[in-house]
Amino acid sequence: MPDVLRPSKWLHFNSRLLAAATLAGLLSLSVCAQQAAPPKPVIVQPGAPGQPTRELPSTTRATLPPGSPADVQFMQGMIMHHAQAVEMTALIDSHTENKNLRSLGARISRSQSDEIKFMKRWLTARGQSTEHDMSGMKGHDMPGMDMSKHEMLMPGMLTAKQMEALRNAKGQEFDRLFLRGMIQHHTGALTMVKDLFDTAGAGQDAELFNFTTEVDSGQRAEIRIMQTMLGEKP
Amino acid sequence: MNRVQNIAIRLFITCLVLCAGLVTATLAQTPTPSPSPSVEVKVDAKPADKAAQADPFAPEPAGPLPAGMTGSDTNDPRAKLSPGMFDAGEAAVGLKHVLLLKKPDIFQLGSDDPNDPKVQKMLGQMGAPPEELAKLPKTTQLVIAQLAFANSDMAFQGNHLFQGNFYGLNIFDISNPAKTKLLSTIVCPGGQNDVSVYKNLLFMSVEQANGRVDCGTQGFPPPPPAPKPTGPDEKQPLPPAQKDRFRGVRIFDISDITKPKQVAAVQTCRGSHTHTLVTDPNDKNNVYLYVSGTSFVRQAEELAGCSGEAPDKDPNTALFRIDVIKVPLASPQDAKVVSSPRLFSDQSKLDALTNGGSHGKDGAEKPQATDQCHDITVYSALGLAAGACSGNGILIDIKDPANPKRLDAVNDPNYAYWHSASFSNDGKKVLFTDEWGGGLGARCRANDPNKWGADAIFNLENNKLKFASYYKMPAAQADSENCVAHNGSLLPVPGRDLEVQAWYQGGISVVDFTDAEHPMEIAYFDRGPIFANMLVLGGHWSSYWYNGHIYASEIARGLDVFELTPTKNLTQNEIDAAKLVQVSELNVQNQQKIEWPRKLVVAKAYIDQLERSQGLPADRILALRQAVQGAEAMKLSATEMAKLRNLAPSLETAARAASPADTTRLLALADIFKHPEH
Repeated sequence: MPDVLRPSKWLHFNSRLLAAATLAGLLSLSVCAQQAAPPKPVIVQPGAPGQPTRELPSTTRATLPPGSPADVQFMQGMIMHHAQAVEMTALIDSHTENKNLRSLGARISRSQSDEIKFMKRWLTARGQSTEHDMSGMKGHDMPGMDMSKHEMLMPGMLTAKQMEALRNAKGQEFDRLFLRGMIQHHTGALTMVKDLFDTAGAGQDAELFNFTTEVDSGQRAEIRIMQTMLGEKP
Repeated sequence: MNRVQNIAIRLFITCLVLCAGLVTATLAQTPTPSPSPSVEVKVDAKPADKAAQADPFAPEPAGPLPAGMTGSDTNDPRAKLSPGMFDAGEAAVGLKHVLLLKKPDIFQLGSDDPNDPKVQKMLGQMGAPPEELAKLPKTTQLVIAQLAFANSDMAFQGNHLFQGNFYGLNIFDISNPAKTKLLSTIVCPGGQNDVSVYKNLLFMSVEQANGRVDCGTQGFPPPPPAPKPTGPDEKQPLPPAQKDRFRGVRIFDISDITKPKQVAAVQTCRGSHTHTLVTDPNDKNNVYLYVSGTSFVRQAEELAGCSGEAPDKDPNTALFRIDVIKVPLASPQDAKVVSSPRLFSDQSKLDALTNGGSHGKDGAEKPQATDQCHDITVYSALGLAAGACSGNGILIDIKDPANPKRLDAVNDPNYAYWHSASFSNDGKKVLFTDEWGGGLGARCRANDPNKWGADAIFNLENNKLKFASYYKMPAAQADSENCVAHNGSLLPVPGRDLEVQAWYQGGISVVDFTDAEHPMEIAYFDRGPIFANMLVLGGHWSSYWYNGHIYASEIARGLDVFELTPTKNLTQNEIDAAKLVQVSELNVQNQQKIEWPRKLVVAKAYIDQLERSQGLPADRILALRQAVQGAEAMKLSATEMAKLRNLAPSLETAARAASPADTTRLLALADIFKHPEH
């Protein structure tokens, strides 16, 4: 606190200090002026390149870009998609002793469970159902979509037949099927992200944008690791 | 008292009142006083009960620890801090919290009251149906748009700190760090809005789909729903191109610090997740920006020439490359992309390995090689850059800045996502980070392995990267704290490799990686979770040392300022020596070589280190200290200078038998003794 705010220091003066008091008063004003010199922070909004920057009122508040139904459908579909990855990784412990695969599976399981949680939070916070409604789904030509046996699958999801084959395999055969299956599964997630951003007005929500970008990069990286693992044991 | 006296007193009191008013007004926007810096551990909230399990917001503990892995330390004082937005429990060692400057209102929901119409309006904008909203817990309603207003990365110049925010940018006056002041808030949404600064120019990365050329906040309204595709072969129609959309790097003129003016907006196909300022020692007229895009490739109708096809289908694909922007300093409005180096070009050989899957349709089983960098750190003094590129860490030759070339690439089975990199000052080590989960998830729980979401330290020899060890902030964090390795900078203590690093809600950790095989934490700061019962995005995005203080960008809370305090692992001399390093600008990803003056305090720092490492016996340490004290007391008189000089040869002899770190210290110490500076 500046000295000028401690009146006790100043109020004990006698009548002969009139001049001094006046001076002190003026001084304190000038100190005040310095204190107040940095004005309140300004809020400004630049224009397009070459255009002027304009000042906004201090009461300006943020607004959000519009949400899109495609965002909601994406999240609902991805929950279902991720759930299958978790189901696949749950087979690992009883089906193979491969240490690298066990470690990879544990990480995929953890990541995808955590992401399911995130997607449910995202949907619930926006007052949306966490269940997927297939009727509104677009892109019926997506790879992995297999409608022939009334299976409703998101892109890249393993069919009932593929899941069955995985459950029945053991050891090296399981490893191979798991890695191929998970590569197919992850690749489907990349398709889902691409389709989302190919939809007008979609993906403007910051959290959704970051999440999808992360799913995209994270799964690309994991696909690469799995491809390397497949290559190591032909 | 006579009348004149009365007038004088009145005048004086008026001045006081006036001044008090002004000071109060000033204080209203000045720092929140920091709570006690000492370790302050409160008991955490009780574990979520069964009812909460059904709640999608209830945080979830990690599954069992995978075999052979070690988790995080639950006995650490940081493991059980009490929750709170602005009153969370805190724990610190070796770091003194100086202040927290809260985010300005415009970068927040702007209300603590869920019933405030502002909050309801914001929720409406997010598309929530009112009847569903009514069912949400009130606290939830307050915290759902966090990332749209998240603070991001920082840059520094002179007395100014630039802090990006997904919604724009804040500029602070840090001439007195303990009284850091907000000068200006710039509204310009687009995320992440990572910033760099060079002279009168400021650069900002934009990637998100709502970014507009004119910094508008309205985004792009979705068109009316298109008719559903009728047949299985009918392609989804492309969305309309948005000529006003901006994804790339904005360039501002900051000559008027409170009113930056946009002078250029360089569009790129994938936008700019981050960028790195690159200066060419041989070219003073231009600077370069390496643009790392990690997001979707936009359609050619929106930006000509953009293609997201696989390289075998389109050799001009925007994947598998970075973009290089050249900025002419005399005419920044002419900045443009001058090259798009394919740093990953020979890595798509893995094609053959995965073909022949049961799903024969296009794209179902195409290989996904690394096709992007997340962040690149350049070290122009060495002509090198380290790229953290999704599935790989890569080493790049940047001697020709417009045409970088890959020298080496590594991957790691424990690494999910290569995020960022720092060189040691001598360029012999690289510290990479793995942002497993992208920072949105809780990944430092008791059962999260300490090799996942960690730093990986590599030795760098003959342009080859060789793995040495992992480092992860050791304290277990709550299930409701997003936590993983994130951005940091070197801390310029001579004789040691120290990094001050942000771990989101895991706080700040200072790691010593002088011994690449055995990294060790020497200081930390941490707060409890924002909420105990729900993961709310927050924590430190980045923590950087700048001219004597540590500044940390807190995603949800604001801007933190710290000072180092001495501990057995870091002495006052070492801190004082670090404070000697003063720079006029700091863009952490454009790493500058640190050089220390040959001052006696630097010598004292080395002596402290030699004592700690037992690199010299106690009697010699004492003799060295006495010689330095003598020289200080006599203000480097000729006699004392001669005494110091005479000690140098014995130090050089000792260096021959010392460990690599102590060799460096002994030789540097001998050098100071030979030519000490005032």
